Amino acid sequence: MWIDPATTPNAALILAELRLPRAVLALIVGGGLGAAGAAMQGYLRNPLADPGLFGIAPGAALGAVIALYIGASSTVLLHGFALLGAGGAMALLALIAGRTANPAHGIALFTLSGMMIASLAGALTSLAISLSPNAFAMSSIVTWLMGALTDRGWSDVTLAAPLTLAGVLVLWRAGRSLDALTLGEEAARSLGVNPRALMALMVLGTGLTVGSGVAVAGIIGFVGLIVPHLVRPLTDKRPSSLIVPSALAGALLVLVADVVCRILPLVTELRLGIALSLIGAPFFLMLLLRMRRGLA
Amino acid sequence: MILSCENLSVVRQGKRVLRDLSCDLRPGDITAICGANGAGKSTLLSALGNLIAPEEGTVTLSGKPLPAMHPLTRARNIGYLPQSAEIGWDVSVANLVALGRLPHRDAGAAEIKRAIHSCAMDDFAQRPVSTLSGGEKARALLARVLAGEPQWILADEPLAALDIAHQLALLRVLQAEAESGVGVVLVLHDLALAMNHADRVLVLREGQLLADGAPEDALSPENIAAGWGVSARWLGEPGARALMVS
Repeated sequence: MWIDPATTPNAALILAELRLPRAVLALIVGGGLGAAGAAMQGYLRNPLADPGLFGIAPGAALGAVIALYIGASSTVLLHGFALLGAGGAMALLALIAGRTANPAHGIALFTLSGMMIASLAGALTSLAISLSPNAFAMSSIVTWLMGALTDRGWSDVTLAAPLTLAGVLVLWRAGRSLDALTLGEEAARSLGVNPRALMALMVLGTGLTVGSGVAVAGIIGFVGLIVPHLVRPLTDKRPSSLIVPSALAGALLVLVADVVCRILPLVTELRLGIALSLIGAPFFLMLLLRMRRGLA
Repeated sequence: MILSCENLSVVRQGKRVLRDLSCDLRPGDITAICGANGAGKSTLLSALGNLIAPEEGTVTLSGKPLPAMHPLTRARNIGYLPQSAEIGWDVSVANLVALGRLPHRDAGAAEIKRAIHSCAMDDFAQRPVSTLSGGEKARALLARVLAGEPQWILADEPLAALDIAHQLALLRVLQAEAESGVGVVLVLHDLALAMNHADRVLVLREGQLLADGAPEDALSPENIAAGWGVSARWLGEPGARALMVS
């Protein structure tokens, strides 16, 4: 809500130490998720790919929860584990579904493997939560998992910003190879694309962007799915043309969504992750319907 | 630039698909690779493009082993057109053709324009690929290969699923490339097309070279009987042969 400096004491403090880092984090998290979604859709040649749905964000969450479970309280360690979890999930996805001979099977195989990775990571996260030493730890993990940007400060920004920026740069660098993949894996290799190097870029890029996003904000789904779809009609549809615009649009979407969450007149603040899922799930269904119509 | 393979053996999923195959391919020729299903035609083509690693043997370009070559150098010299007409995103024809310039790391506007022109796709350059017919898509995909201006073009059944007019249109483009000194290697199922349009035919049987030579010799009725197990004879004049299967 609008802060009136005349009636609110500490207005400057609230703005500088609460609102501003929160807004900057929203931009960072959204930018990373948007870029990761665009790059994943290009890499998997699947318009339904999303870091949340396909297990990358749940992988990062599992990493972070393991860090919390083993008692790591430093944000650096939490970040590190989240990055490893996200990168590991992306590597697993690329290894399971990365070698399909028949492109017609590709989309189904990728989608199913992604969802399996997501549910496996979710199950392991639940296991870690159920084994957590006390009720307080349990509830703090659960709340964090729901995804939100409340009570974050500049220390989170200084950690997440460089990592996310590095991740977006890595994904941007993969753009040319992602363009070549438009023609299928074999043709891409004939154009000089090294599949291992590309996979390494994808693992690193999604690990950095999604991992640090999850580490500061928990799981915020559907941004990586929605944003590339909104941006794609405005570009020439090459995967490389989509990465940076998706980062910008993702930043904007999460910032707006977070502001809406904060000012909605509810008893407790609506969690950002829940809000975006409420928008994202119907969007996903709409995409499926449109694809079905396209196939029919 | 001679493209050759020596004692090539390839194993795929535990099965030996090519055994001890050697051949030297000359630039300026249209070489057709023919054979029954599962004879190893596509595997040979992929191996010639260094897209699969052989179990034994080497593929060399002007005497240099392909695996030792930088992938981008190899990609600039050898253009590969896969069998599937897969195009992942609905890009424009011009952007599709521009993918052929990726190994050169340049915009290559003139080359792209030339490639689009030689495939008679000028009017379609700004069209999204989803609006193209099968024949137009095949031409656009060939233009993508031409845009890279490779010394060698390897194409896996580029004429399958095309009507005769489009088959001839594509063959004319490939013939023009061969006349300008490019080596063209095609996997072909249609033996009459191989007979009438290739300069040289390799016939494969169970991963081995059954015949290698001028079309009239390599596709003799005896070789067709040995390679495909059908008895057939050629009708018509050289250059306009038709296959009669009995």
